[in-house]
Amino acid sequence: MPTNTKPKLAVWKFASCDGCQLSLLDCEDELLAVAGAVEIANFPEATRALTKGPYDLSLVEGSITTSHDAERIQKVRKMSKYLITIGACATAGGIQALRNFANVTDYTNYVYASPQYIETLHKSTPIGYHVHVDFELRGCPINKMQLVEVLSAFLNGRKPNTPAYGVCVECKLKGTSCVMVAQGTPCMGPVTHAGCGAICPTFDRGCYGCFGPKETANTISLSEQFHKSGVTDEQLIRAYRSFNAGSDTFRKEGDAHERQ
Amino acid sequence: MKGNRLIKVDYLARVEGEGSLYVKIKDNKVEDVKFKIFEPPRFFEAFLRGREYKEAPDITARICGICPIAYQMGAVTAMEQALGMKVDGQLRALRRLIYCGEWIESHVLHVYMLHAPDFLGYEDAIQMAKDYPEAVQRGLRLKKVGNDLMTIVGGREIHPINVRVGGFYKAPDKAKFKAIAEELKWARDAAVETVKFVTTLKFPDFERDYEFVALRHPDEYPLFEGRLVSNQGLDIEIKDYEQHFAEEHAKHSHALHSVLKARGAYFVGPLARYSLNYDRLTPLAQQVAKEAGLGETCNNPFKSIIVRSVEVVWACEEALRIINEYEKPDKPYVEATPRAATGCGCSEAPRGICYHRYRLDDSGIILDAKIVPPTSQNQKTIEGDLAEFVPKHLELSDEKLTWQCEQAVRNYDPCISCATHFLKLEIVRE
Repeated sequence: MPTNTKPKLAVWKFASCDGCQLSLLDCEDELLAVAGAVEIANFPEATRALTKGPYDLSLVEGSITTSHDAERIQKVRKMSKYLITIGACATAGGIQALRNFANVTDYTNYVYASPQYIETLHKSTPIGYHVHVDFELRGCPINKMQLVEVLSAFLNGRKPNTPAYGVCVECKLKGTSCVMVAQGTPCMGPVTHAGCGAICPTFDRGCYGCFGPKETANTISLSEQFHKSGVTDEQLIRAYRSFNAGSDTFRKEGDAHERQ
Repeated sequence: MKGNRLIKVDYLARVEGEGSLYVKIKDNKVEDVKFKIFEPPRFFEAFLRGREYKEAPDITARICGICPIAYQMGAVTAMEQALGMKVDGQLRALRRLIYCGEWIESHVLHVYMLHAPDFLGYEDAIQMAKDYPEAVQRGLRLKKVGNDLMTIVGGREIHPINVRVGGFYKAPDKAKFKAIAEELKWARDAAVETVKFVTTLKFPDFERDYEFVALRHPDEYPLFEGRLVSNQGLDIEIKDYEQHFAEEHAKHSHALHSVLKARGAYFVGPLARYSLNYDRLTPLAQQVAKEAGLGETCNNPFKSIIVRSVEVVWACEEALRIINEYEKPDKPYVEATPRAATGCGCSEAPRGICYHRYRLDDSGIILDAKIVPPTSQNQKTIEGDLAEFVPKHLELSDEKLTWQCEQAVRNYDPCISCATHFLKLEIVRE
């Protein structure tokens, strides 16, 4: 009898916009090849078919915002040999982590006519806050070619080649002139993790940090530069509090300006 | 007892987001139908307060990774109304172009990857690809054309970065469209093939007398402008939306149900758009619709897969027209001057109208926000469909009935991530 030795892939969703898992379906040129290399064992956005765990590789999208999800992620971890988070929600709590700076009861009362029907946690937290994560892929949304690289790396037992340097390096590699130097446009590129391919500066706008902080980001220096170009504290706080508001580096820098 | 059944789908597949379905059958009668959205709430309207008007397109895009342009267009048109701005000419055309990209990408994803497998009895498109390799590959290439259009105009396919209040950060050079224009000609023909392909599917005989609601523009198939009209006499300006529609909060759902205050449940999306705007389609789109056996209106929600495919033909033609007439504008955006005001916008997301309202202070800070996504507007109609569909198909096994109920929900291409403020299937036969 033939045995199925393909690694089992599972895709899990928590609080999110579905964009990062859509990235897998957006790999139009690679999708059938990926589907041939793995057994898609659990991917509800794409298939009704469901194979029980354990799974060799779990991709996790979304953040933890309910007590039910806090329990569910523990089960996902137990069933998964490797667990990779995809995107800013899973890696930093996502835009929905803006509640962490407010009172969620006020939020519920504002949005819902019958807030008593809504069950939610006070904070939106990244997956790494709850369970061990083997690899975090950044971005809001993730870059699909980086996703293919990460899948290929894990399936072949090697380290993914996803550079941890900043967006500035990507601009230099592309030959895009610096929007901050040349146009005076505030740009978060110097503190932001590479991966998108420095799209915003290519389109004459400053980076807005959707890949979250790079390693050893000098946010203090960037904030000074923002102030010099006329950015107010309120605008600065908003810049740090967006899609990666819950990341330590951005949270601390935003908080520092609130206190001043 | 044989006449009592419970059909449950705890986690509905091939929809965007998390939802479930619950149908309770007692003495061969449907006693209860609930289409539940359990996607956890993310509170966009709450945290938009205190943000600047210019942040709204980037933030609201994150409501949905499948239709970010729908949200961006709703947000920018609302802000522009508030700030008294007019965006026209090539900038307006570029907006229509990127929106065509989103329609193609989202519709083709649904037609080939989420919906067609139901009709052909496959769990997913990848299994379907083994028996229908040409169709699935055509779908993938067609979807890619939509994504490529979004990338050229918007910088990337998911959460494009180039849309701003007043226009764009950068207008693309004409030369950027050269390759895609050729591919779009292939796409237009492939879309016609798609209509022919889906016409061969078997459709349940199921029609209801819906109230269709869609935008209607004086001379174009609608995307983000026009009046809100229905087939039962509604004809209002976008700004009067809240006078005519209300949101209700059902206990079983994290989504708010929308109703027409006067008449209750209504229907948004491709069927509504098509039935209210048939005369605005291109001659080719009308012709392929006719050849597919569609009338000028369509009341069978299972046939939404044909209508979606017709809309892809239209979107390819519209994109080609825009590209042929494109001249790079001198300035990529119209300047905005903040002022205290309220503005409304409405855009035709691939799955139906999406309404936005924002109140701004004099420095352009958002004081109040309201966003009504398409799936929460269809939720009541989806439950109505199930209540009528199930009693007619009680002879089916639980397994088959469950699958058909799922298919009936997928007719609406529900985007549950959007609707949260939302789905699982449960059929109880008691």
